[in-house]
Amino acid sequence: MITHPFTYQAPSTIEEAVQALGRGRDAKVIAGGHSLLPLMKLGLAQPDTLVDIRKIASLRDIRTEADGTIVVGALATHRSIAEDRTIGAKLAALAETAAAVGDLQVRSRGTIGGSLAHADPAADEPAPTLAFDAIIRAIGSKGKRDIPAREFFKAAFETALGPNEIAAEIRFPAQPGRTGSAYLKFPHPASRFAVVGVAAVVTTKPDGTIERAAIGVTGAAEAPFRATAAERAITGTKGDAKAIASAAAKAADGVTTLADLVATADYRRHLVTVYAKRALERAIERARG
Amino acid sequence: MTAATTTTYIGARVPRKEDPRLITGDGLFTDDVTLPGMVYVSLVRSPHAHARIRRIDTAAAKKEPGVVAVLTGKDLEATGVLPVFISVPKQSTSKHMPIATDKVRYAGDAVAAVVAETRDAAKRAADAVTVDYEPLPVVVDATKALEPGAPIVNEELGTNLVFTYPVKGGDIDKAFRDAEVKVALHIVNQRLIPNAMEPRAVAAKFEAGELTLWSTTQIPHFVQLIVSLNLGLSQNKVRVIAPEVGGGFGSKLQVYAEELLVGHLAKTLGRPVKWTEERREGYLATVHGRDLVGDIELAAERDGTILGVRIRTVANMGAYLQAFAPVSATILHAFIIPGPYIIPAFDIEVRGAYTNTTPVDAYRGAGRPEAIYVMERAIDRLADEIGMDPAEVRRKNFIPPDAFPFNTISGITYDSGDYAPALDRALAMSDYKGFEKRRAAAKARGNYRGIGISSYVEICGLAPSKANSALGVGWGGYESARIRVHPTGAVQVFTGTSPHGQSHETSWSQIAADALGISPNDIEVRHGDTFESPGMGVGTFGSRSLPVGGIAVHKAAEKVREKVIQIAAHLLEASPEDVVVQGGKVFVKGVPDKAKNFSDISMAAYLANNLPEGMEPGLEATVYYDPPNFTFPFGTHIAEVEIDGETGAVELVRYSACDDCGRQINPMIVEGQLHGGIAQGIGQALYETAVYDENGQLLSGSMMEYHVPTAEDIPAFQLDHTVTLTKTNPLGVKGVGEAGTIGSTPAVANAVIDALSPLGIKHLDMPLTPEKIWRAIQKADGERKR
Amino acid sequence: MPQSITVTVNGTKQTKDVEPTHLLVELLRETLGLTGTHVGCDTSQCGACTVLVDGRATKSCTILAVQTDGAEVVTVEGLARNGELHPIQRAFAQEHALQCGFCTPGLMITAVDFLARNPSPSDTEIRHAIEGNLCRCTGYHNIVNAIRSAAGMMAATAQPKLAAEVKR
Repeated sequence: MITHPFTYQAPSTIEEAVQALGRGRDAKVIAGGHSLLPLMKLGLAQPDTLVDIRKIASLRDIRTEADGTIVVGALATHRSIAEDRTIGAKLAALAETAAAVGDLQVRSRGTIGGSLAHADPAADEPAPTLAFDAIIRAIGSKGKRDIPAREFFKAAFETALGPNEIAAEIRFPAQPGRTGSAYLKFPHPASRFAVVGVAAVVTTKPDGTIERAAIGVTGAAEAPFRATAAERAITGTKGDAKAIASAAAKAADGVTTLADLVATADYRRHLVTVYAKRALERAIERARG
Repeated sequence: MTAATTTTYIGARVPRKEDPRLITGDGLFTDDVTLPGMVYVSLVRSPHAHARIRRIDTAAAKKEPGVVAVLTGKDLEATGVLPVFISVPKQSTSKHMPIATDKVRYAGDAVAAVVAETRDAAKRAADAVTVDYEPLPVVVDATKALEPGAPIVNEELGTNLVFTYPVKGGDIDKAFRDAEVKVALHIVNQRLIPNAMEPRAVAAKFEAGELTLWSTTQIPHFVQLIVSLNLGLSQNKVRVIAPEVGGGFGSKLQVYAEELLVGHLAKTLGRPVKWTEERREGYLATVHGRDLVGDIELAAERDGTILGVRIRTVANMGAYLQAFAPVSATILHAFIIPGPYIIPAFDIEVRGAYTNTTPVDAYRGAGRPEAIYVMERAIDRLADEIGMDPAEVRRKNFIPPDAFPFNTISGITYDSGDYAPALDRALAMSDYKGFEKRRAAAKARGNYRGIGISSYVEICGLAPSKANSALGVGWGGYESARIRVHPTGAVQVFTGTSPHGQSHETSWSQIAADALGISPNDIEVRHGDTFESPGMGVGTFGSRSLPVGGIAVHKAAEKVREKVIQIAAHLLEASPEDVVVQGGKVFVKGVPDKAKNFSDISMAAYLANNLPEGMEPGLEATVYYDPPNFTFPFGTHIAEVEIDGETGAVELVRYSACDDCGRQINPMIVEGQLHGGIAQGIGQALYETAVYDENGQLLSGSMMEYHVPTAEDIPAFQLDHTVTLTKTNPLGVKGVGEAGTIGSTPAVANAVIDALSPLGIKHLDMPLTPEKIWRAIQKADGERKR
Repeated sequence: MPQSITVTVNGTKQTKDVEPTHLLVELLRETLGLTGTHVGCDTSQCGACTVLVDGRATKSCTILAVQTDGAEVVTVEGLARNGELHPIQRAFAQEHALQCGFCTPGLMITAVDFLARNPSPSDTEIRHAIEGNLCRCTGYHNIVNAIRSAAGMMAATAQPKLAAEVKR
């Protein structure tokens, strides 16, 4: 039951949507609604205007551009991402993330754009978005703007999006050969959100040493983050068990971890290191094919 | 004098009669009841756990669009509505008004009711009610509530102590003096939220002086009784209907404030009224379960022989005393602690305490899971202490099969039991012998693997009315049944039980079919409507329906059968002893070609012009069956877990159970009851806990925080059974609704502790969550390194 | 202010005025009287309200009615066709996969969507697919059996799919 009133419109172009957003006093974009509607039901969000972008068909697409960039429309549902063959082949961590969101029904409706724009600290999708160095293409009254993932997440429920900007596309750059990726999460037992979720993307050299590693972590802190100390530690190593363990141990360095009924800050910190280790192991294994 | 009842349908996997409507969406649940002109209730609930109500301002709410009425506790009290019923002799009973009048005693206590044309309007207006509270000191923990100086929850009582309940037997001091081994454990049976999938709801209409009230209840007849007394309506003018009820597990085993309130509103407003609980509201306002904290000490010999058990327990009753809470924490708990074991000396004392929390009452198992958990943990602790196989400690102390009837040290009589075969079968199913190899393999993976056993006896068939009375329960424990055969031979069974998933329509028709020699398909079972009932029905809880209500049906069917035989003998000019009732026919033994149809006999009973001399016309029978004793199902459950060495996460990898509920009327239904019960017990062991902060705020306040197990959290089950018939009733049935819950919690907890025992870990409290286990591992590692 | 929407429910096109605040489940239960879809929670956890929206299992408590304008919705009332039960309904009854029956409609709908895309699932896949549907009565054991059994029945008979199952 939602008791506070609002107006609803479903424009068919993104330009109209941006204009509609500008007209509301407290206007919100709604896509799948799986971030926003639960809050509205609890009375925690009370927008006066909802702008539904579901009719903007172009935002639903998943496509590969000439340079290999995989473009995921903001309206792509977690299920469509999880079931997409190209993503499965090229961006395994993204496919695994999408498959790990909520439950089947949530994945039916929930969208990647909605998840990123809402920026719940426990959402899954930010982890691979960070780890793949994706770019969020936003469209607003001043036209389009590309926001690198690392600059996108500001704090809990806070992003770099302006008030009248819509996240339209998430652009995943082509990954070089010998790249493997993985997403692993410790789910909240009741809500299925991530207590800790780690996406690792690793590129190896022909001799098997680690050329590059990116680790995106969600659930652990106020905002998702890149575990840069761990990334540095694993880079240049042979990627053996010892190297992975010692790199993963740094995955929560410098981070203030959250606490709730399921996990204290200490335990969350520990989980970050365990899941970083496991995600790295799997990503390296895949990079080596 | 007549042929014994055959068992054509009893014991068969007859498909459920309930299913066709439930799989098509045709089932009518309470919230589905919508009537013309209906108005909706929303309750304003206290955010404070303990506060005096200074002032309630309803003016703004009354001005909201669509509002029909706004009612405070004082308004309601002025109409003469009485406290929510509950009066337990010799106990300190709280005065629980349907809406709080002077002060609130838990976060969620209702302070005002808003009635409006739509649900949305009612909720909006409820948000507009402002209440000025004077917060008072809060007590959440039951042990602390009994300490001097604790805030008093119900001031008129002058104490938070609800009851002190001691049970003693044997020479406990000697047992502990003589003991070679003593073990002690502090045991927490954490608070649980029942989470029946259907939230509570009440709908009512008042027409021509008659109140019809639909409610999500396990006890419609008690609701009828209390609503009529409370609202000043003659009992025959109150019709209570429990339509489809979406699970209860004890949480719908109350006469709730909302039932009185909605009834009152329908009566006074003259319009149909409905209230439907929101889930988060239910987390506050529907009773919780368990919440017992205590200490157990076990005295034993080195060979594992138990000499004595001493227990001190405090049970949290919450803010108000509920209908069955004192029964769960006392009778159903203390008496069954000895379980399947010979306990020479026994000393238990349970104290109940009021706190500023949601009231606590029976939750699936009600007292028995708590009891068996305490005992089974202590047995494992003893086995660990003396280095003996936990299975053998159990076997050593089992009451032998030739000792029945067996008078327990707690003062009850087990009529029957044979515990070792169930243990043996469970051990075989679980490959108990091969376990150490699996433990070693897990260790090689960096994980901890454990296996846990639980052997239980439960107390079902509530209850012989005289026993109830002796134990301090005011109301009788019988059940009613009426069987009406219409002239055409159509058969209706009316039962006082009130199923909400237990499949009584199917099982009762199987019982009646065998007695009447007809097919279950020719029998309709009706329940949950006080205007269609046999009379007073006690209801469905405590695994009582079959051993009490099912027997009532059986006995009523036998009476009808007897009359069928008398009429047939008269018409066929035969001796009643020679009449056979079978396959929808009635005939003289050896002369089946001269059979009469069952419907010929029923028609004859109503034509009434050719009946045996002196026989009353008609063909129906009503029975109130009061059982002579409780029943005592038993079994052994074995769980196997593997713990992630790095995170502490538990995976339940294998589950085997062998249960004995006596004769099974429908094995398919028995297995279903066990599956669900086991899952709920697993939930307590591993996942579920209601958490309050010190201010009495429920932190696990929604399904976002409270972990109701999903399909991924529960394994597939391996089940087996033995059949030891009870002599207490003619069908030898014992009840099975709670067995799974009782058996599973300790089995799983014991498995987890067994997995961690190589680290020197002796006990952890439930729920055995990953962080708790991880911390225990860390601590043990630290201690070993020191 | 109410808005007019057109939605096809169980094969019947309906045009209704709805409040933007109203959830799909409120449209189904209160406006259309399809009370087979149940509400078991208020935080999108329990899955009792699951219906098919354009072929996908959707929690009807977490979608506005206005968002379904132009969509095709199937509820439990629409599973049986021409008086013939859907295999998932037959399987739930045969395997005793329901007790109180409150969660059953949502579970069956989730299973229909799942089986349309994974016609021969493993038990692990089945358990994962229904993690968004809570059941407190059955312990899930027989529900898993029923979904496996329905998969078998559907493979054997190659049932014509519900229109909304194949859409998308």
